[in-house]
Amino acid sequence: MITLTGKSVFGGVEIGKIAFYKRNERQIKRWRVEDTDAEVKRFEEAKATAISQLQALYEKAMRDVGEENAMIFEMHQMMLEDLDYLDSIIHIITGQEVNAEYAVSTTADNFAMMFSSMDDAYMQGRAADVKDISERVLNILSGAGQSGIDTDVPVIVAADDLVPSETVQLDKKLVLGFATMYGSSNSHTAILARTMNIPAIIGLGEALKPEYDGAFAVIDGFDGKIYIDPDDETLEAMKKKQADDRAKKALLQELKGKENVTLSGQKINLYANIGNSSDVGLVLQNDAGGIGLFRSEFLYLENDTFPTEDQQFAVYKLVAENMAGKRVIIRTLDIGADKQVDYFNLDKEENPALGYRAIRICLTQPEIFKTQLRALLRASAFGQIAIMFPMIISVGEVKQIKAILEEVKAELREAGVPFKEDIEIGIMIETPAAVMMSRELAKEVDFFSVGTNDLTQYTLAIDRQNPKLDVFYDAHHPAVLAMIKMAADNAHAEGKWIGICGELGADLELTETFLEMGIDELSVSPSMILPLRKKVREAK
Amino acid sequence: MKEFNYVIKDELGIHARPAGLLVKEAGKFQSAIKIKKGDKEADAKRIFGVMGLAVKCADEITVSVDGADEAEAIAALEAFFNANL
Repeated sequence: MITLTGKSVFGGVEIGKIAFYKRNERQIKRWRVEDTDAEVKRFEEAKATAISQLQALYEKAMRDVGEENAMIFEMHQMMLEDLDYLDSIIHIITGQEVNAEYAVSTTADNFAMMFSSMDDAYMQGRAADVKDISERVLNILSGAGQSGIDTDVPVIVAADDLVPSETVQLDKKLVLGFATMYGSSNSHTAILARTMNIPAIIGLGEALKPEYDGAFAVIDGFDGKIYIDPDDETLEAMKKKQADDRAKKALLQELKGKENVTLSGQKINLYANIGNSSDVGLVLQNDAGGIGLFRSEFLYLENDTFPTEDQQFAVYKLVAENMAGKRVIIRTLDIGADKQVDYFNLDKEENPALGYRAIRICLTQPEIFKTQLRALLRASAFGQIAIMFPMIISVGEVKQIKAILEEVKAELREAGVPFKEDIEIGIMIETPAAVMMSRELAKEVDFFSVGTNDLTQYTLAIDRQNPKLDVFYDAHHPAVLAMIKMAADNAHAEGKWIGICGELGADLELTETFLEMGIDELSVSPSMILPLRKKVREAK
Repeated sequence: MKEFNYVIKDELGIHARPAGLLVKEAGKFQSAIKIKKGDKEADAKRIFGVMGLAVKCADEITVSVDGADEAEAIAALEAFFNANL
């Protein structure tokens, strides 16, 4: 058995043969033509055919994957009719008295180079579009046969990378999943895989060898792994994972679009916890009502230096837009304790859980904090963003935060940058101090969210990392539940709402307890949304 | 000839999609339509040229229209920029 690891773009488990995407490899030769008018005509005809093919692809994509994904083929038609592009090709044919293939190929290289030399990642990506349209014309000119996968049973499609026209042309019934050597999570392959709901892994690198063509394999889109010639044990485990996933999908069919309401009519919001902008697909797929906890740490953990305001803004905006008006609660940075980042230059601490972390860093290094707040406020113009602050222990801290937030708002107002004036703010309830002060804290904020992991560890004085303490640990300790109830009562007394975003939120044994407390929202990992909805709908 | 200046508000600048829409819009008119950013100029009816300007958010551009239907064209383009960019 050989195991390959890449970056997961979309979850799911499929078992089948690997088929490499075949392209018509051809070498572009240059030869002299006598009758350049005829050669131009030959090109014009190929171009017209290419455009009608693209129109057909556009229509197919509209039906299969929607307008957003189909748009690319309309763009490609426009590019093929671009006068600069056409002038260049015709000029080469007539000026150099050469064949159309050579003229198209040379022009494609020049235009692709123009895009790849631009200092903008998005524009650099457009070089692939130029190559894609030119390849199409070249295929028609050379009368090459169809590229694609040669199979009549469903396969795992492997390739170095796939361009949009290639992915959309594939017969969906024959595709179990995608595995590519390169590509990014923003590539068309990734986007289409998400839309098509099939596992996809990118960035497998050179390890994905052409010799695996035809090999029996398992693609595990959840873990980003491909098992070639899996052993019996792996195969069994994967079959089970696949069955679980299918059961979940069946549940999804049954529960999607249904309300989170108990038999007696009590409603509760079920939101999702995410740790990266790429998780939004899962959130929507599992029908979450919003995002209850977006951990912004990944922006800091994935970087070698402080993420810029624009970098953060782009991510927050993307998530807010994708959630299309549903609430997105973004927690400000929670670095420190078990999450260390080199460039923060944090001192080693005897007791990091009780140390310099989260809001404590933000309040003592306000420039880091303000950059994040500015990015969050700017993004708030694009969706329903709420800001949540971690590790609060006092009313004073909240007042200080609000003062800083007001400063940032004033700066943005001054600069004429749009943002949502009445953006919701909330705090994590994860320290016993916050619970004890919750009546006063509730006066200052719009909502609470209970972080049960830290609240449990601080309440019980038990370090979860220490296995020796397991005998003393009780996840349902009445002290913790009493803490949550106290915070809930105080939030409600001030007319504010309260959610739970820690592990306990997903604990189906406690769902009824939380409903009795009147908890307004549970935020859990995306895969727990539907099981939880089922539980709520069965509760009295 | 008529012209107007415009500061791009779209976060992504004139990226592929609006560039395509712009070329479509410009193509509706007979007049010559140019977009200028700094010392670079592109024909608004040519998508690669427009994308090649790499116009970003907050960039100021000048749109100039010259031809028989310039009055309609300039009105339509101003409306287009305000609505899309």
